Formats: sequence, structure tokens, C-alpha cells
Amino acid sequence: MSPNKDVRDAMLAAVPSLRAFAISLCGNVDRADDLVQEALLRAWANLDSFEPGTNMSAWLFTILRNLFRSEYRKRRREVEDADGSYAETLTSLPNQTSHLEVGEFRRALEMLPPDQRESLILVGASGFSYEEAAQICGCAVGTIKSRVNRARGRLADILSIESADDFGPDHETRAVVGSSWPRS
Amino acid sequence: MNKRKASRVQSYMETDLSAKSTGKLSPDVKAKIGQQLRAMYNDVVSQGVPDRFTEILRRLDEEPPEQVVSSNKDEEGSNVPQ
Repeated sequence: MSPNKDVRDAMLAAVPSLRAFAISLCGNVDRADDLVQEALLRAWANLDSFEPGTNMSAWLFTILRNLFRSEYRKRRREVEDADGSYAETLTSLPNQTSHLEVGEFRRALEMLPPDQRESLILVGASGFSYEEAAQICGCAVGTIKSRVNRARGRLADILSIESADDFGPDHETRAVVGSSWPRS
Repeated sequence: MNKRKASRVQSYMETDLSAKSTGKLSPDVKAKIGQQLRAMYNDVVSQGVPDRFTEILRRLDEEPPEQVVSSNKDEEGSNVPQ
């Protein structure tokens, strides 16, 4: 088995999560996919800088995030996708939390400062440890913890959640989400 | 609403300072937020790998990295190591 094939397989395995992260960063599926593509090409061109045995997924996330920071962030204001392709993607999927609910949560998430949002996504959705998230964002572990806490607090505030019954998936949905959620 | 806006602006400016809301959330609320977050994220993850990425990676495996870089990233090719 060639080393290239191993790397390629690892990259392929990371694509679904990279896309989800990219969409959370730029809020637009088409641009997110371009970002993922660019990150994969960049990673391939810089394979020498990847340390074998370390977390390939975290490395790819780092590259993608840096690309987004350097190239995409400025353009966000121009092509903000308020109710566009991301929403369409969500509504095209079966067996999910109610669309209304997801839409409301997504809008609340978009109200967070970018630093807080990406920290919360990395830790709370992508399944990275605080340490890995800190590595990806190039900051201290304590900073990530602080951002995640602040993000949760803001979301609870925005969505006016005071108890677990205030919103969220029913038990059936929770079971589905819980069982299908991949941990990295 | 104004207060909320102001506090949002403030959090932009003080991203790394400790939050006043930190630690106030019950485990229930944290769990709920986590569920929503994962449900949203997983909607995308469950789409799997779109064909375009399978194709890109298949091509990468056949070509040396140098060629891929020079054919796709003319401007940046010179900045990439190796």
C-alpha cells in the first residue's frame, strides 16, 4: 500500500467534517466546498510538513481555517448567504431535527463572534479536544475554553434557553443524532 | 435588543477576557446546545463525500504534488515548499 494512498484515504475520510466546518465558517455551501478543495490541494502540496502519526484531521482543519482567514473572510460581507444554500442543504435532508428549529439555532450561531463560533464548533461538533482546537486556532487552551463557555452562554441567551425543555430535538431525534454522530 | 447588540460588540473586543456568563449554564442546557450543534453539523457530515472530492483526490494520487500545484495554483506555486 503506497503512502500516498494512505494519505489520500485519510483526506477523503476528513472531507465530510471539513465541509461541515467550512460551511459553519463561511455560511455558504458552494464557497465552503471551494474552500475544502483548496485546503486539500494545499495540504497535498505541503505533505512534507505533516508529521506522520499526528492527527491528520486536525492538520487539515488548521490548513482550511488559515485559508479561510487569509482569503475568504474579507469576502464574507459581500456574499453573505442569509437564507440561501445552507438552508437549502438542510431542508434537503431527511430525518433531522425540525427545520424551523435548526434554522433558529443556525441563526443564533451566526450571531456569535467568529472566534467563539469556530471554537464551539470544533469542540462541540467536530469532536476535537480543547488541546486540538487550540492547535487548530493557534491559541492557548484556556482561550478556547473561555470562548466555548462564552459561546454557550450567548447561545443560551439568544435562544432564551433556561431549561432543557425549552427547545431541542425530541427524544427520538436525540437517539438518532446520538447514535450517528461520529467522534474523531 | 440594543443591550444585546452592545454586548456582542463588546465580546468582539474582549474575546479573550473571561465571560460573565461562564459557569452559569446547567448541564441540561449545555447538553441541549450540544445536541443542536451536532444535529446541524451532522446534517452536512451525513452527506458523505461529494463526487468532486473523490475525483480530486483520485487525480492527486496519480500526479506528483508539484504538477498539481503548478496547474491549479499558478500564483502561489512558487511559495509552496518542495
